[in-house]
Amino acid sequence: MTDLLAVRDLTVHFATDEGIVQALDGASLRVGPGEVVGLVGESGSGKSVTALAILRLLRPPARVLGGRIEFDGLDLQACSEEEMRAVRGAQISMVFQSPRTSLNPVLPVGHQIARLLVQHGAIRPREARARAVEMLREVGIGEPERRARQYAHQLSGGMCQRVMIAMALATNPRLLIADEPTTGLDVSIAAQILDLLGDLGRRTGAAILLITHDLGVVARRCDRVVVMHAGQTVEWAPVRALFHAPAHPYTRALLRSIPRVVGTGEMEPIPGWVPSLLAPPPGCRFAPRCALVRPECRAPVPVRSVDGDHRVACVAAEAS
Amino acid sequence: MSLAALGVLAVVALAALAAPVLLPYDPDAPDAERTLEAPGHRHWLGTDLYGRDQLTRLVYAGRVDLLVAIEATAIALSVGAVLGAVSGYRGGFIDQVLMRIIDTIQAFPSFILAMGIAAALGNSVTNIVIAIAITHVPIYGRLIRGEMLRIRETEYAEAARTVGNRQRRIMFYHLLPNCFPPVVVQATLAMGFAILTVAALSYIGLGIRPPTSEWGAMTAEGASYIVSGEWWIFVFPGMAIMATVLSFNLLGDALRDVLDPRMKGV
Repeated sequence: MTDLLAVRDLTVHFATDEGIVQALDGASLRVGPGEVVGLVGESGSGKSVTALAILRLLRPPARVLGGRIEFDGLDLQACSEEEMRAVRGAQISMVFQSPRTSLNPVLPVGHQIARLLVQHGAIRPREARARAVEMLREVGIGEPERRARQYAHQLSGGMCQRVMIAMALATNPRLLIADEPTTGLDVSIAAQILDLLGDLGRRTGAAILLITHDLGVVARRCDRVVVMHAGQTVEWAPVRALFHAPAHPYTRALLRSIPRVVGTGEMEPIPGWVPSLLAPPPGCRFAPRCALVRPECRAPVPVRSVDGDHRVACVAAEAS
Repeated sequence: MSLAALGVLAVVALAALAAPVLLPYDPDAPDAERTLEAPGHRHWLGTDLYGRDQLTRLVYAGRVDLLVAIEATAIALSVGAVLGAVSGYRGGFIDQVLMRIIDTIQAFPSFILAMGIAAALGNSVTNIVIAIAITHVPIYGRLIRGEMLRIRETEYAEAARTVGNRQRRIMFYHLLPNCFPPVVVQATLAMGFAILTVAALSYIGLGIRPPTSEWGAMTAEGASYIVSGEWWIFVFPGMAIMATVLSFNLLGDALRDVLDPRMKGV
């Protein structure tokens, strides 16, 4: 399968007053057409930075130092700003974590969708308005005509997220990046939103890069998973393989840290803290927290295949 | 209180608009028979040295003052919005340059600067408007820059960028309207200040030229009759200035309470 999106060795630093924050250190991932890929990791592991880097929306103090981002064979870093604008919103769109604050408070929501349609498609404002109402209906918003004229503050959080999804899919993008799309929504609404995302993704054939810290969500919604830790991607696996045979010690620790209601498995927090990205340990950044740590962990860790499409960046993985 | 302020402003504005219909006199036509007449049933607020009806002149003066204030505010706001938006959104070198220009304008006491500009350009109504507009640009420029600094970091700004908007579109269409609540408050307060400036410029003879009636100029004319007892020439235009400016200030405060709940009770 040829990749729709391929990110290789992405390195991003932030220059701050305290020093250089090494936010991403050789992050890699790929997303096939129509695939749902989960990007998981703790807070601050670089998930959102990866998303913004793909769209080339990182602004100073962030700096992309290296790596390659290919979308549908196109080298995004080599694109002009003009070309990039044609990609954003039309080819790759994004759903954010706080839907209410991601909508412009002074514009009616239907208007915001219509604007986007006019901007990216050869479509007249009148048609765009009708299409916007249609999109709202499609994402399950009741009374779409009335809702289209309302403002973000008049809608519930769940409804705002539906609007965001309608907007993200309005232009039929090839890839949808959903950055923790259910943060701040209650459980049942969150499930509905994820169902909706999956549904629409399947129907429109859009691939989804689902950024989350919730492994339960990953298990149910994703085809493949990429695990991130402290700015490094540490494991890539089909979703079943990840849950049945996690290879990286961090992934295993992450799985053990999920609280369980049934069974005897105790919840085990991961020892230690996410290392400071100001002075991260050389080599594997999980090494200081890892039970299987070896001297080789202090050097750049090669990526090895565990089983077909299941790959891991760990020297100790084989021993386990 | 704020309702009273709104009422005063409504009366001044309506009277100014409907002046020719409401008032039987010509504001600039002298009447040699009835000079310096005290307020009475024929001339409610009396007449001046040339026998002109004071009430009529007061209302026509309101027209001039309000119009100058509105125009100056509109120009200052437009220029300030563009400068502030670009400065705040782009940051960096452009921000530095624009803010230093604004600092330079602000370094002068604003009334002295307005005097200088009016004196240099000549005191036509247009030039007075320009002079006041220039002195007011920093108010809006700074305010909008500050708001923009905050708003450009919001998620909807990020969202606007992710869908491939042009920078100009993001600045002026998506973000600028979100800067406006505090600007509305500031503009209301600045309107009062603008009226005060026109009146003051005219009072010292650098503003609106006679025979056009203007509150400051009328006050100046009246000032020489205080000693001789013709108080009405001086008092009424002075009261008009005070009531209007006070009303704008009260209205601005009221708007701030409505638009910015954090400031309530401060």
